[in-house]
Amino acid sequence: MNRASNKIAPLAEYIFLCRSGSAPDTQIISDNVKHYLDQITAESGEEPSVEMAANLVKLINYNNKDHLVGAMLIAGWDRHGGGQVYGAPIGGTLMKEKWAIDGSGSTYIWGYCDNEFRDDMTREEAEKWVAEAIALAMTRDSSSGGSIRLITLDGTGAHHKYIQGDQVQQFVGDMPFPAGPPASLPLQGGAAGSMVVG
Amino acid sequence: MSGIGTGYDLSSTTYSPDGKIFQTEYAQKAVDNSSTVVGLRCKDGVVLACEKLILSKLLVEGSNRRIHNIDRHVGVAVAGLAPDGRMVANRAWDEAASYKRVYGEPIPGHVLCERVGSYVHMFNLYWSLRPYGAALLLAAYDKNGPALYAVDPSGTSLRYFGTAVGKARQAAKNEIEKLKLTELTAREAVIEAVKILYKVRDEDGKKFELDVSWVCDESGKVHQRVPAELLAEAERQAKAAMEDSDMDD
Repeated sequence: MNRASNKIAPLAEYIFLCRSGSAPDTQIISDNVKHYLDQITAESGEEPSVEMAANLVKLINYNNKDHLVGAMLIAGWDRHGGGQVYGAPIGGTLMKEKWAIDGSGSTYIWGYCDNEFRDDMTREEAEKWVAEAIALAMTRDSSSGGSIRLITLDGTGAHHKYIQGDQVQQFVGDMPFPAGPPASLPLQGGAAGSMVVG
Repeated sequence: MSGIGTGYDLSSTTYSPDGKIFQTEYAQKAVDNSSTVVGLRCKDGVVLACEKLILSKLLVEGSNRRIHNIDRHVGVAVAGLAPDGRMVANRAWDEAASYKRVYGEPIPGHVLCERVGSYVHMFNLYWSLRPYGAALLLAAYDKNGPALYAVDPSGTSLRYFGTAVGKARQAAKNEIEKLKLTELTAREAVIEAVKILYKVRDEDGKKFELDVSWVCDESGKVHQRVPAELLAEAERQAKAAMEDSDMDD
């Protein structure tokens, strides 16, 4: 299975969607919202605002609440509002927040996020807060893990950071990251194993 | 009866040999013969002012409105056939409401103006419809600031610093050109607009009323009728200015 899937979808140059819940549902929602944002950009000649993207996600979630299971975060930067974060959970709520989390792993880190968040963090401090929160969730939630993708947005552009699995922060009691396959398994081409996998 | 457009003016789907669509031109005449409407975009807002001829003593004061609210931040003033203008204003209202519902934020002025323009233009395309005999002056204050737009019966929409439509539009535009709009506050622009309406109107003794609205910083970026005291002050200054110029004659 894929432990390295990209769950941050670009909706516009400075607007991104963080996906959790049903993968096909959130992918379709992401495609649709991107399409509508492209359309309104063509009509108005201006970059869309984060609020517009967030509202579109909410409309799809709310109007199709019987069928969709998409928990998403919309985060971005626009000229008039600066950096913004919106939570769009299942059902069709839309909430503008200072910070937002969702997904199964989020249940383990509400306390950490509440406690450690500061209004006046620098970019480095904010990135550290995020990476540490995600790492904690990856430790405890069996459905979370793999690697961390981090995108920082400001007026100068979108800056991507990738923290690969063995670089993720570890905590007391974490099993050490494996260096290779377990010693008990035969190496490929060994006498004990004769199955060939193409 | 033969007139200028004879033979080519029966349908909005017929061009004349010199490239005109006479039905559209005739619709424009309906606007040109209506009483004057003035729009001014000043430093911190937009002002709309209409001269309303009082058609009957039996009409309640303030009736026959020519300025309509489209959304909190947008208003339109109508010139030409009143019912036609109301149809277009209602469409603008629909566009603004659906934009807000879909995108979550107030419709930008330039998007609304283009949508209204496209709508009005559509009525110039089909044989079974007649062009709207109305022009709209659209005052908007969105996140990009205050803006004034005008949509005419052909569907052309343009953005203006200041403009006028209706009977005395040429005289009014001449007066507007004398103003330094970027230095005027909305309050000052209201007074100038009313002065202009008084100055350019036909002095035929007919009773008239003014519909004046603004959307500016002072109104909290909300489109509304100007406060009664401001309108009264503006009319007082306009009347005084008229008397001064009478004495000069």
